[in-house]
Formats: sequence, structure tokens, C-alpha cells
Amino acid sequence: MGSESNIKLLDENGMRLDGRTPEQLRPIKIETNLLERADGSAYIEWGGNKIMVAVYGPREAYPKHTQDIEKAVVKARYNMAAFSVDERKRPGPDRRSVEISKVISEALSSAIMVEQFPRAQIDVFIEVMQADAGTRIAGLTAASVAVASAGIPMRDMVVGCTAGKVEGKVVLDLSKEEDNFGQADLPIAVLSKSKKVVLIQMDGDLSMEEFEQASEMILKATDNIAEIQRNALTSRYSVENIGDGE
Amino acid sequence: MPRDALGVLSEIKRSFITKQLKEGKRGDGRGLQDFREATITTNYVPRAAGSAMVKLGRTRVLAGVKIESGEPFPDTPNSGVLTTNVELLPMAFPTFEAGPPNETSIEIARVVDRGIRESKMIDTQKLVIEPGKKVWIVFVDINIMDFDGNLIDACTLAAVSALRSAFIPASREGGKDMPLPVDQIPISVTMVKIGDDLVCDPDLEEEQLGSARITVTTTEDGHIRAMQKGDTGSFTFDEIKKAIKISSDTGATLRKKYFS
Amino acid sequence: MAEIKQIVMPGDLISEELGKPRNGVYKNSDGRYCSSYFGIIQKNDQGVDIVPFSGKYIPRRGDKVIGKVLEVGPSMWPVDINSTYNTLLHMNDTPWRTTSGDIKRFLGVGDYVYAKIMTLNEIKESWITLKDVGLRKLEGGHITSIPAPKVPRIIGKGGSMVNMIKDATNTRIVVGQNGLIWIDGTPEDVIEAIAAISIVEQEAHTVGLTDRMEKYLKERSVK
Repeated sequence: MGSESNIKLLDENGMRLDGRTPEQLRPIKIETNLLERADGSAYIEWGGNKIMVAVYGPREAYPKHTQDIEKAVVKARYNMAAFSVDERKRPGPDRRSVEISKVISEALSSAIMVEQFPRAQIDVFIEVMQADAGTRIAGLTAASVAVASAGIPMRDMVVGCTAGKVEGKVVLDLSKEEDNFGQADLPIAVLSKSKKVVLIQMDGDLSMEEFEQASEMILKATDNIAEIQRNALTSRYSVENIGDGE
Repeated sequence: MPRDALGVLSEIKRSFITKQLKEGKRGDGRGLQDFREATITTNYVPRAAGSAMVKLGRTRVLAGVKIESGEPFPDTPNSGVLTTNVELLPMAFPTFEAGPPNETSIEIARVVDRGIRESKMIDTQKLVIEPGKKVWIVFVDINIMDFDGNLIDACTLAAVSALRSAFIPASREGGKDMPLPVDQIPISVTMVKIGDDLVCDPDLEEEQLGSARITVTTTEDGHIRAMQKGDTGSFTFDEIKKAIKISSDTGATLRKKYFS
Repeated sequence: MAEIKQIVMPGDLISEELGKPRNGVYKNSDGRYCSSYFGIIQKNDQGVDIVPFSGKYIPRRGDKVIGKVLEVGPSMWPVDINSTYNTLLHMNDTPWRTTSGDIKRFLGVGDYVYAKIMTLNEIKESWITLKDVGLRKLEGGHITSIPAPKVPRIIGKGGSMVNMIKDATNTRIVVGQNGLIWIDGTPEDVIEAIAAISIVEQEAHTVGLTDRMEKYLKERSVK
């Protein structure tokens, strides 16, 4: 966050490097059930992000000492492929992946009706095949779709977006350059209908007004993204996809 | 689709598959030497130097190539480096666990690597930037995302496709980006022995039923570049020779179908 | 073109005019009824259910299920019934004369059984039994599976759908409430039956499926 650079992230008209306006989202596409073995799965493209999410469960928690006698434990595992970033990343979890896995698990636990599954665990595997800033939010947004497609009961869907500050201006959905060279990074995820916050992190420098501006932008964006989640789930059951019994 | 959670093949499935094989048939209508339909999508990860997503039946693997400059190995100062790694992602099967590579993923990686290396698909002599000091290191990372048998062939197809479409980022070293120079294309063909039959491109249930497994990798000239026997059963020498012939023939068919 | 029933997602509001809320419906913090699942709204005389498109089997006492033996213990077998939780079969709940430590010869790892859920407690531990009419170790045939929520559709009203498939493909079919299905017949007929079941599974959420399946099966049997 906030490395030294000579890159101009905003031009004279306030346009961003990739041509977006401050409140514009990058293109998002979500597909479900591409994987055969998993109980539920979703694939998301968000800007240059390409992320596959697989859900297994609920199944009996293993090892036994991780069981919670009253509810299911949600275990998300965020992992980046070696070829997902500019410089090849050594396979395996690093400290950043462990932290991201934790906050994603906690966010999903707010939405999933875990009380219905004592002694169980729900595994959510988030594989980043190509990274382009905002991977944890994209992964979590797709994970919610994957959990729903697995037939696991939830109170609400989880949907998120990032915002940040670039050359003093608050912008929505940070790009890679804006994340690397900007002044603040704020990922937020909410329960879709109630808008209750289930994930919020921040690093950088934001005034109270800037924070309010950023969170307003994010909340507005979540309505659009929630529609994309809905279409991803329902499209395979649309009338056009049903044949004449063949 | 049936979910045998712990991967144990039931007596019911065992006899169903065996009964069909007696008539030369397999569950999905394939002949004993037929491969499942493969879909290969190159440049799946545009940010990587090369990449390919391969779907072989229900098995799905993603190979990504990263090419970076680095020091050569001390004993080969005038050669670039090729290194292959395979990850069995926990998403691919209910009992796969996250963790460092186990013997299965290591074996797959080494067999795939051997096929590519010994066929001289990549001439590492052409990957030198500064002799003795700086060379190109070609990282091939293959992630298994969905498991329904025959990972070795799916991974070979993915690695070969990714390498074939890869670019060396030579502009980082003051040169011009250029395609990774590739030569002969290795094709691996894996078979399992079920009773007295050799069954190509086994799906998971056929692998579970098989007593022994053999992989033969060949190049266009029909030469054998790599072989690997797996599993605890055994083959007669005649069976091995038969496997080599099948691999060469089937390999040629696959090469024509996917790499012409 | 098939008409589809109404699809909802978790958190979607369910109108109270539809009826008494039952399975898959919960009350949110505002006191409104919402869907817990991604599934379809099913209305009947008892009220309104949300039937998810997929999901594991939720055990109920009395259900007849098909399970796969996972292990052989000294006196009981843990069995996988496509549920979040494995179930247990005790040697005393089988029709066989068994002695402790010697049960492997009756049922081994990977064998399938057609059993009944006998007991179930609050933390979802359950026990099955083979002591009832029709329950047994399954031999021969083939096993396929569908998501448990779609079982009612495969069975149909009074068994109409599954019987239609049995007759048209000349097979014996046993449908477990947990989604596992056992089919017996010649390999060709078994494959036909699996294909028919697959269509019902994919179109379970549509209207007029029974008629379409009747037509499909008639056309196949002429060949």
C-alpha cells in the first residue's frame, strides 16, 4: 500500500488509469457448478481476477477435536496458484493467505445457518488462478454463490466490494495499480438484504468523511453485484435451458 | 453422479464394470483404447507466460507457466532450467487434504517432467541469457481441480499445451518477448490392467479396479521417452510391449487431434 | 418450452399469503419470512416449503435409505448415507447370526445396504437397521445417485415416475430417501434407466415433467 511511484493514477478529468470513473465497477462474471466432485462450486472473473471456489459439506468435522458440539465450523482456505501473480509464488500458504482464510471463514459463518449442523464442518476452497486486486472480496462473493449452490442453508447471501483512495480521491473497486500505489484500501462485505457488515478491513489513511464516502459507494455497488450472484445461480434453470425431455 | 466418498470401489460397481469389459465395453461407451473427450483451453491465465486448462472427461487440471531469470545450476552453467510441480488441490476430491506435495503429486510431476525433458520439447541450451551467470527458469505449475482418474495424462496434456503457447518475457532483460522455442511434443498414454485387459485413460472407478498401471510417453518419431509403472500388481513383458504399442498408436491419434 | 416453478435465493422474502411456512423458511430479525435455500417454492395444503436444488440428505426416523459400508468394526459398521453424518449399523440389527469380531463375512467395506433409520438424537447421531421387510445387503445391479431433495420427484405421486421408468427399461429400481438409487437389469437397460433418471434430476423444477417423461420413454422403447 502506498509505494513510491511516479504513476499518475488519475488524469486531469478524474478518469482512472483503466478508463473508469471513480464509482465504476470492473466487469464481473460468475458461473456455477463447473466442478464435478465438489458439493457446490462457483467461478468468478472480476476485472483480471480469475477465481474458482469449491464447497464440501457439511460433513463430520475432522479431526475430532475440531468439532463444535453445537454447530458446524466453517473452514475457508484461500490459496493463490503459483502462476497467479507477476512473480511466481512458492506454492503453499503464507501468512497473508492464512489471515485472508480466517476473515473469509468468519464472514461466511455469519450467513450460514451453522446451528443446523452440530459436529460438522463446511470446507470452502478458494483458488486464485489469476490475481488482480480485491481477491479476498471476489473470492468471498463467489464463495457465497458456491455455498448456496451446495444446498447449504443461509440467512442471506454475502456480497462485497472494495474502495480506496487514489491521489486524494475516493474510488470504488481498486485496480492492481491503485491497490499498490494508492493511499487506502478498504474491503467490505455485507449480508445482501440486511446490509450488516460481516467483513471489514482497512489499511492506509482515511478521514471520517472519506470512510463514509467509500462505504456508501460500496453499499450501492453491492446491489449490482448481488444481481450478478442471482443470475449466476438461476441462469442454469432458466426456461431456455430446458429441452423437450431429451 | 455417484459419490464414493472414501474412494472404495464397491462389489456392485466392480462386477458391473468387469461384466461390461468382458464385452469390450466401458461405462461411457468407450472402447478399451479410447480416450475421453478432452477440452484444452490455452491462455486461460493471460498474466502467466503460458497456461492451459484441460478437461479430460470429468478430470480437470490447470497448468501455468512462469518464466523468470535466475542463476543456472552449477553443474549445467550453459543451460536454462525446467522445473515441474503438481498440486492436488483439496477441491478436487472429498478426501484430498491441503498440505505439502505427497508421493502422488510428486510422482505425477516427475513423470510429466521426464516426458517433456527427455523428448527435448524444450531445448534448455536456448534459454541462456548470460552463460554461466543468468538463464531463463521455466516453472510449470499444474493444479488438479477435479479428479476422475488419469491425472498423469491430463497433466501432460496441460503442461505441453501451456508450454507450446508460452512466451519468454525477454523484454525484461533488454530483449524482445518471444515464443518459447519448442520441438517434439511428448504424449503420455496411461493404461490400467483390469483382469487381462489394458484399459486406456481410466476414470477413477477403473483406476480403483485396476491391479497395475503403466504410463508410456512417446514422441512423433515413435520413440519411447518415459515410462512409469504404478500400483502393486504386475505386468508380463508381453503386456508391457503391448502397452508400448498402444501408447505409440494412441499417442499419434491424440497428437493429431490436439496438436496439429 | 417448460414452465418453471418460482426460484428463490437465501434471504429472499417469502410472502405470507403463500401459506404456512414450513421447511426452508425462517423468520428474519424484522419478523418477515425468508428463504434459507437456493431452491424452488413448493406450495401444498400443509403450507409452503422451499426445496433446495441440491444438498445432503437430512436423516429422519423411519426413512428407508441406501448406504455404503465405510468400515468394519468388532460389532458394528459405520455407513455412509450421503448425509452430513455417517450412521451406524449394529450387528444385532441385522438378520444374521453374528459374533463380535466376526462380522466381516456378512458385510465388508464398500458393500451397499438398503436399511431403515431406526434411531436419531439431537446431535444427529443415528443408527440403522436391516430388520424390516425388504431391507437387505444389495447385490448385483448398479448404484447411481441424485441430490436428496429431488427424491420425491424421482418417485412421483404414489410411485408413478419411478414405476414408469422401471416398466419402460425392464429394470428393478430401489430409491433410497437419501438419494442413492439401486438399479438391476441388463447393462444396456441399466444405462437407459440411469439416463431417464438423469433427465428427471435435471428438470425436477419444471412443470409437466411427468408427461414429457412418458413421451421420452415411449420413444426410447420403440427403438
